[in-house]
Amino acid sequence: MRTFDYVRPATVQEAVAAASEPGAVYLAAGTNLMDLMKGNIIRPSRLVDISHLPDLDRIEDLPDGGVRIGALVRNADLAHDRAFARRFPAVAEALLSGASAQLRNAATVGGNLLQRTRCAYFYDVASACNKREPGSGCDARNGENRLHAIMGWSESCIATHPSDFCVPLVALDAVVEIEGRAGRRDVPLEALHQLPGGAPDRESALEPGEMIVAVRLPAEAAHFAAHARYLKVRERTSYAFAVVSAAAALRMEGDTIKEARLALGGVALKPWRAREAEQILTEMRAGASAFRRAAEAALAEARPSGDNGFKIELARRIVVRALALAAAGTPERVPALPASPFAVSGDVIHA
Amino acid sequence: MGFSTTLTVNGVTRTIELDDPRVTILDLLRERLHLTGTKKGCDRGQCGACTVLIDGRRVNSCLAFAISHDGAQVLTIEGIAEGNRLHPVQEAFIAHDGLQCGFCTPGQIMSAIGLIQEDQAGNDPERVREGMSGNLCRCGAYQGITEAVLEAQRALDAASRKEVA
Repeated sequence: MRTFDYVRPATVQEAVAAASEPGAVYLAAGTNLMDLMKGNIIRPSRLVDISHLPDLDRIEDLPDGGVRIGALVRNADLAHDRAFARRFPAVAEALLSGASAQLRNAATVGGNLLQRTRCAYFYDVASACNKREPGSGCDARNGENRLHAIMGWSESCIATHPSDFCVPLVALDAVVEIEGRAGRRDVPLEALHQLPGGAPDRESALEPGEMIVAVRLPAEAAHFAAHARYLKVRERTSYAFAVVSAAAALRMEGDTIKEARLALGGVALKPWRAREAEQILTEMRAGASAFRRAAEAALAEARPSGDNGFKIELARRIVVRALALAAAGTPERVPALPASPFAVSGDVIHA
Repeated sequence: MGFSTTLTVNGVTRTIELDDPRVTILDLLRERLHLTGTKKGCDRGQCGACTVLIDGRRVNSCLAFAISHDGAQVLTIEGIAEGNRLHPVQEAFIAHDGLQCGFCTPGQIMSAIGLIQEDQAGNDPERVREGMSGNLCRCGAYQGITEAVLEAQRALDAASRKEVA
């Protein structure tokens, strides 16, 4: 690890000024940052420690019925906040399906959004990676790529975004509050992460020095609370990133879907909102045929980036099953194995 | 350039001069305070051997800069017994053979203490396994570990009921 200047600002404004210098990065919990620094994948010259900033660790109800989650709220604290989990159960389930208890106790909301891909070639400094070293090439393209992207990838980069948390958030129209030198601005979460195109080193809509201070969910996001699930296929039962995941949220009247939200994880370099599938589901009777049509639409643009064609059909099936689980109703409590395909029983497993 | 950080480790408050900002809580415990019970496994947050409680919460000490935790309370495996009386989680690990080589055990025990304090698993073995999934055991003592955590939870529940009564 390269050494660095350590700065601990007292205010958000001081933090933004300190982080606007070239080579500076923000430090919150550091659970991903320190891993990247230890491997020399990134070599920042300055760490701006925002973990002591006041007021960014609150979960606040907004007058319009929405909720505002401070950027420094810990993943575990948000997932276990009863009022939050009751209104946004798929978000709580996604959080609890990610990482380990130790990491969730440390990792922050803002850090989760800005975590880097876990592409092994990005982490291996001896490999070519356009994200780590623009113009060097992409060794994943002809490498071990069965877990790589099936949507929105380019010849430059086939990595995926690893967050679980972001998947239901993007389905529920979350908005990111960003503080920069020019003041505060809002960006829809869907527009925060960028697809790779020809410049995979540019990962987000953030400008130099800009800092995420909060994430907001609108009041409408709570209308799906009775039918909202997150489902995640992993290569082991727990403590693994998604091969493919889906967040499904429905607003139902009887058997009829009045409104649907659907997003996929593990398929692209951003959480993937499936709006066409949502349209197809609207005013449909909940059931296998509607879910299958939605899944076909959600994956219509998918194509393998390597040895990962299996992820396309896997993703369709996960969409169908997540929708079936959502239609069956949100459980009273997050299952013992959150978001796990092994955590359910009965007919729904074969949807 | 010098840095200093003040930590309360196992109840003792100390101010430690650091000559380098890169020092993790893990390295500080082992190499400056000679508290080598906390183990360095992967050093990347993947194995859980370095688990300690910081401000009452279990975390990976390999992924925590000491300098950023100025003012924190740290509890390590050395700080949980009362004299010669083992902590109930330690007792339970012995009773249930929750270890073989023992390298992951300090992290397992600190993680179990954290899990029990979080009060999310109850007496459900599946929730205990899920809650302990951040601690890898290369010897595969998971069966004993799960039984130990469940028994320690029962023992601590009974003790706290006695206190209330």
